[in-house]
Order: sequence, then structure tokens, then C-alpha cells
Amino acid sequence: MTAGPVKGGPVAGGPVMPPGLVVDGLSVAYPAGPVLHDIRLAVRPGETFGLVGESGCGKTTLGYLLGGHLEAGGRVLGGRVLVDGVDVLALRPAALRRWRASHVAFVHQEAASSLDPTMRVGRQVAHVLRAQGLPRQAVAARARELLSRVRLPDVDALARRYPHQLSGGQQQRVVIACALATRPRLLVLDEPTTGLDASVQHEVLGLLTGLATELATAVVLVSHDLPLVGQACDRVGVLYAGRLVEVGPVGEVLAAPAHPYTVALLDSAPTLGVPRAARPLATIPGRPPRPGETGAGCRFAPRCPAAVDACRSAEPALAELAPAGAALVPSGGHAVRCLRPGAVGRAAPGARPAPAGRPGPVLLQVRGLTRRYGRTVALDNVDLTIHHGEVVGLVGESGSGKTTLARAVVGLGPPGEGDVLLDGQELPARVTQRSRQLRRRVQMVFQNPDTTLNPEHRVRHILHRAIRTLRGHDDVPALARRAQLDDDLLDCLPARLSGGQKQRVAIARSFAGSPSLVVCDEPVSALDVSVQAGVLETLARQRDRTGTSYLFISHDLAVVGYLADRVAVLYRGVLVEQGPAGQVLAGPHHPYTARLVAATAPTAAAPAFVEPAPVDPAGDGPGCRYASRCPYRIAGRCDRVAPPAVALDDGHLVRCHLDPASLPSAAWLAPGSPAAAARPG
Amino acid sequence: MAVATHAPRRPGPVLVGSAAVVAAWVVCAAFWPHLVPYDPDLQAPADRFLPPGPDHWLGADHYGRDVLSRLVAGARPVLVVAPLAALVSVAAGTALGLLAGAVRGWFDGLVMRLLDAVVVFPVIIAAVLFIALLGRSAPVLVLVIAAAFVPLVTRSVRAATLVEREKPYVEAARLRGEPLWSLVVRELLPNVRGTVLVEATTRLGDAIFAAATLSFLGLGQPPGSPDWGSSVADNRLWLQLAPWTVLAPALAIGSLVVAVALLTDRLRRQLGRS
Repeated sequence: MTAGPVKGGPVAGGPVMPPGLVVDGLSVAYPAGPVLHDIRLAVRPGETFGLVGESGCGKTTLGYLLGGHLEAGGRVLGGRVLVDGVDVLALRPAALRRWRASHVAFVHQEAASSLDPTMRVGRQVAHVLRAQGLPRQAVAARARELLSRVRLPDVDALARRYPHQLSGGQQQRVVIACALATRPRLLVLDEPTTGLDASVQHEVLGLLTGLATELATAVVLVSHDLPLVGQACDRVGVLYAGRLVEVGPVGEVLAAPAHPYTVALLDSAPTLGVPRAARPLATIPGRPPRPGETGAGCRFAPRCPAAVDACRSAEPALAELAPAGAALVPSGGHAVRCLRPGAVGRAAPGARPAPAGRPGPVLLQVRGLTRRYGRTVALDNVDLTIHHGEVVGLVGESGSGKTTLARAVVGLGPPGEGDVLLDGQELPARVTQRSRQLRRRVQMVFQNPDTTLNPEHRVRHILHRAIRTLRGHDDVPALARRAQLDDDLLDCLPARLSGGQKQRVAIARSFAGSPSLVVCDEPVSALDVSVQAGVLETLARQRDRTGTSYLFISHDLAVVGYLADRVAVLYRGVLVEQGPAGQVLAGPHHPYTARLVAATAPTAAAPAFVEPAPVDPAGDGPGCRYASRCPYRIAGRCDRVAPPAVALDDGHLVRCHLDPASLPSAAWLAPGSPAAAARPG
Repeated sequence: MAVATHAPRRPGPVLVGSAAVVAAWVVCAAFWPHLVPYDPDLQAPADRFLPPGPDHWLGADHYGRDVLSRLVAGARPVLVVAPLAALVSVAAGTALGLLAGAVRGWFDGLVMRLLDAVVVFPVIIAAVLFIALLGRSAPVLVLVIAAAFVPLVTRSVRAATLVEREKPYVEAARLRGEPLWSLVVRELLPNVRGTVLVEATTRLGDAIFAAATLSFLGLGQPPGSPDWGSSVADNRLWLQLAPWTVLAPALAIGSLVVAVALLTDRLRRQLGRS
């Protein structure tokens, strides 16, 4: 490490501070009220610390404060942030700026907006190095080294590309390379993988852990996704209402969570291979307190299933579960802020559900659907069937054509070849050509909760318009109640609603005219895990009540497996596999499905990452589109001949040249597990 | 909810000052017959080129007319023409922009190419042409200025509409079969309101300037009007002999344009905060 001491200096006197990051009794308030309360944690160099919690619990405020950033209006009430013994919050502005330039690096959620779109990525990295004062001759070599260190392929060619020519995962890795250029002592990552595909998430997080050890940097990873953090971190801290409620080694916290909030967070995330019939997701009642909402006792007590009177009278302290001597800061042991640690256990998967019932008659039939954007083939001859009352999950990476398929079904996309039939009746390609009856029967729930509702209309008006135009028979309050929306939200503007509430309004709106099919395009991917559970439950109940079918699109296999009866897998516009959910996920399945499943694996059993070869949109030969990335490919066949659709049992179709007996399968998702075929109702 | 909100900020000195200037000119425009010390058209040959003094606070012009009276009376033409022109252009531009953006296709192409044709035609030439055909009058002036502004308003509103129309809430409305007018009026219009407001305030300032310019060129008000632009034009021949006769109306134009710009800017900021 070349970084020297910074003016503003190490803390004089007092105990010798351990290297790395130490947060000592930090409390912060905004004008509306306190947001952080007595935060104590330590991250050693080379260690990765995960900071987890719902939106609004203070995790971003804490993350930024580690670099000395505090939003206007915020005040530090007490405590210190020490990085290698330097008291960050006590630095004068000029010294703070110098310290930031050399000691700390941030990686934000949106990789694309962190990169200058007009600058080739190699120059961007070089730019940071030049700002460090590295001589011009040394810059190129060092930039190259950094880019290869973040495991980018073919560094020389890649350095000459512009950010928009890279994939989301590659962009984020370039941002990380820029962050590492300063050889930071502290690296803070704020939701670095949100919005990336599961397989890419896996890769980026795996990269981080390796680099933290290699460079001896203290890494803080801020995320709302506890299981995800579990893959990448050494230790994890759970934040609730500005307090650390549980902190400890990641293995212990995930295996034996002691705080009821940690348990609730874990139970609210779907597990791959566990469908709703086996274990419905737990939803946390209520919402986190807002800054300024004060109360005596434990802040989680109002939402806690195990709360007793003592919980409501005095706030418990953060105490080690197995005391390892009194320490100024948690010494790495498992500590929890709860009077009754371990009072709430994880929910166990229930009994194996009844075998699948017979599907209803065919509702939607997609035949030979092809869609092109210019020379790019977004959908290539897709056939898909959805039965009455069935949830069909559609999975695939970004750019695989999921949304194109969804929009073609609802009639918002461009026209093209192929048919879409609803109960045998042809659905015109454009919604404006569809009759009122057909429009009523096919509705959609969109991805982004912030733009799905007209910001100028109150909830009541939004639902009222839907009922009027779709000729529904419900009144507005009944429609809202069925989507678990409280009556007092009806007179709110969307800006006052949370993300989960907005999606519930969108669900209620799509159900205004008793639809036969609702297309859900990533309806929960923008939501916190705990909120996601509630929205999934709303969708499931609506289906149970009305028998409406869903085409449910998600890049998250666990979510799809939780809700879907059947799963279809899309790879670059080709439907490579479809069949019963349990069979598709557990296998034997298509090599591409195998890769998607492995990326969601809770263990480190992920396969080696195969960087996709650069894709020429027009240059696809007749062979399998996945051949260039497939570890099982048969040379001379897969890349030359279009793969046949092989039928396994139960209508399970796999489009692959491999012999059905040699198709891969996920061993840890054993066919005997509850994942195998669960069909409620 | 017990969340503390920021107390409404007190209006700053700029807001108060500019509002006072605009209000003063509006009062002049509305009530000038009661405010003026002399009849603005009263010619007093004995007072020709009288400098500012106790009898004529701003002096007299080459006919001996009282400059202050003409200044006060001259507020009316501009304050009638400019807001009307701004209103007409914003109303027409908003309607066209919303429709073009919502419908797209050939209608969009036709509207935008026609407006391009209007833009490339020099405003002054167009004004001369129209005024030659229709005569010099306030309604013609309003129409000429509005016509020059419609393409600008349309382009802004259309751009905002194109952003909004791709959002899921508009697609949801299309999915449930809202008719076009409902899509435009219920869904899109409330969400391009900000753009419309900005256009309205910007166009008001521009229209004041345009009205004064056309009057100065003799294309605005009928001859002899106390209108500021005409006054500057009439008196500029005697600029060296009696500079106050030019200075007063010129400063009046300037004060109104600047005050309107500042006022609308501050009002927008106030609205943006709430």
C-alpha cells in the first residue's frame, strides 16, 4: 500500500485502534428525527461486511457516512468513524477531500450512470490513475492490470469500447476497477448487483470477496437481500430503524438467526425449489418506523410475533450471544439486540403438497411468434401454451425476449409473424384492434412501481377508471380490499404510497374487469425482499379466488418457482425449455437452465462462469444459439444443426441435442424434494 | 403522521419586488384614465421638449404631450396584447403538441413539418404581410405573435408527451381501452402541466418584447398610440434634444420584461417546492 498518513491525523491518546473500519457509537439525526442510533461495528482489512435491512432503515445513510458524506440537514449526534485510526468525521473539509481521494471508494447501484458514456472504458480507468498522480507511462499498464483483475475478458479490446457496448455486469466490473484504482482502505458498495441477472450477480459478488482479501481492503456491502449477502460476506449486520439488531459471522446469522427481524427477513425470501404450496412466504406485518416516530422499548416490538410486555418498556442493548469478554466494539462474535434471542425460529417447509391436479382447458396459445427489431430477432418462432387457472413462469436473462413476448401477448408490441389465440379466438397484434371483451380479458402488471400509476390521479380515481373502462362489477373499495389495500389509501396520490402498495394498486387495477389472463412483467423485482413477499401473496390469493391465469415473468428463479405451475425458459428469443415447474428447476434440464439454477444456488456450488462470446445479432447460424456458451456442446453438431424439441414426461420439452439421459440436473434440488411438481388447487 | 415538514418559506425580496413592478403596470393598464395627470394626447406647443420638472415629472415630447401620462396610458396596449398572445400560443401549442405526441404516425409528421414551415418564415416579414392584409389592430398583433410562438410551444409539449406516453401508466390506460381524448386529457395533460407552465411564463416575457418590437417598427398599434414601442420610435429623432422622451418608455419595457421574467421564475420555484 502506498497510501500515507493524512493530515487531521490519527487519534491521539486512547486505546490503539485496530486497522480497518471501526464505527464507534455513531448516532445521526435528520430534521425529521434520529436515523442512526449507537452503531458499533468493526471491519478488518480483507474482510467483507454485509449491511442489510429494508428501505428506510438507515443503511444508505450509514454507508455514505463511512466516507464522511452526510446529506444536507443531517447532524452527527455522537460517535466516530475510524478508518485505519483516522477519525473521518473530524477531518477538515480539505483534509477530508484528500483522504477520500486516496482512502475510500464507492460503488453505486447504477453502473451505467457511474461511467462517462462518451469515454472509452480504458481511458476512464486511466483517468482515475492520472488523478492519483501516476506517471503517464505507467498508466496504461496499470489500467490494463486493473481491468484484468476484475476478470474482464479480452482486456485490450474491451478497453477500447464505450460503456454502452458492455453488458450490465461488465459495466459494474469496470466501475469496481475504477474504485480499486485508488487502492482504497475502505470500499463501500451500495446495492452493487441490484438490477443485474442472477448469474451476473453471482459473478460480481464472487469477484468482490476475492479482491477484498487480495488487496486487504475493508469492504462494506449494503443490500436489502440477506440471502444474497450471505454468498459474498464474511460477517453481516442487520439494520432496523437505525439500529444494528443483529451482527455476526454470516454462517451463524443465516443458519441460526437470533433476532425475530432477521428471521422474518429470511422467511420472506423465497427459496429455490420451495413452492408456495410447501411453504407460504412470511410477510412482516406493518412497516418500519419512520424517522421521528419514537416509542419506548424495542423498535421491532410492534411487528414482532414473540414480543412480550418487557419488550415494549425498555430497549434491549446489543449483547453478544456467547460473551467473549467486554469489548468496545463487537469483536466478531454473534451479537443481537433482543430480550428473547432465538424466540422465533425459521419456518420449516411443510409436508409435500398433493400431486398436481389436472390443468384446465387451454386458455392462451402462442404459435410461431416471431418479433424483430431491425436486424435483431427478439423472438424466434416461440410456441407457448397457458391453461385456465395456471401460472406459467417465464425466465431468462435480460435481453432474452421476455418482455417482448409479454408485450406481444397484451398487444403493446410491434406486429410480426405468428398467432396468439385466447380460447381459440385470434388476438389482434395491436391492442387498439382488440374488442372491448378481449381487452378486458388480457391485462398486465408492469415492472416499475414508480411509473405504473398516473402520479396525478388518486388511487380511488385510478381504480374507478379501470372499473368504468373494463366494465367491472366491483366497487372501488371492494376491489382495493381484495388486493390487501387499506381504505385510507384510496384518497392518496401515488407519491404517498410505498413500492409494495403501488404494485398492489396496479394488481387491483388489472383485476378490475375479471381478466382471464394477467401478464406480470417482473412485478416484484424493484421491491425489497420483505415487501416482495406481500405482493407475491396478493397475486397468489387473487389467482386462488378468481382462477385467473398468469404469465409471470421474472429473472429470479426462486420467485418463479414459488408461484409458477409451469416454467418456460427463454434464451435469446428461443424457448429452450418448458414444463412443470419442479421438473424444469430440478432437472434433468437444458444446459442453459442448469446455469440459471446454479446461479441461484444458496451454496457455493456455482459452476465456472463462461463469459458469453460477443453476439452478432444477424450472424446466428442454424445451430443452437446457446452453443457458444454451452459446456456440454457437441462440436460440429450443436453449432450447425438446429436442436430438436425433445419431449420428456409430463409435457416437459427440452430443445437440445443432448441425449435426455445426459442432460444436467441440479443434484441439491433432488426430485424427491417439495420442488417436484406442486400445483395448488 | 408526525413527520415534520419544512415551514413554508417567506417570499424573498426578489419575488416581492418583481410582483410589485408587474402589479404597478397592471394597475396603470387597467385604470390609466384615473391616474394620468394630463390627457396623454393633449398637445401643448408651449411645453415642447420641456425637461422633467414639477409640472411634467418626466418632461414633455415634441408635441408638448406629457411623457408620464403617455407612459401610464401606454401600459395598456402591451398588457392586453402580450398576455393574450401568450395564452393563444400556449393553448394552441399544448393542444397540438399533446395530440402529435399521443397519436404519432402521419398526423405527427404533418403537424411538425407544417410548424417547421412556420418557423423558417421570418417573423417580421410575416408580420408585415399580415398587417398589410388585415390592417393595424390589436387582434392582428395578437395573432401574429401567437403564430410565431405556437411551433416553439408545440415542440416542448410534444417532447414532454413523448416521454410520458412510454410510461406504464399510459400503456395501462391503452390496455383498458381509454379513448384518445381521455388518454390526452386525463392521463397525459396533467403530467405535462409543468412543461406547459414553463412555456406559458417564458412566452409571456417574449410576447411583451415582441409586441414592443413590432410597435417600434410601426407594425403594431395605430399611429399616435401612447404605446411604448411606438413612443420610442416616434421620439428617437429627438434623442439628443430630449433623451427623456425615449428613455422613459424604453425603461418601462425593460422593467416589465425583467419583472415578468423574475416573477415567473420565482413562482415556478415556489410551485416546485410544494
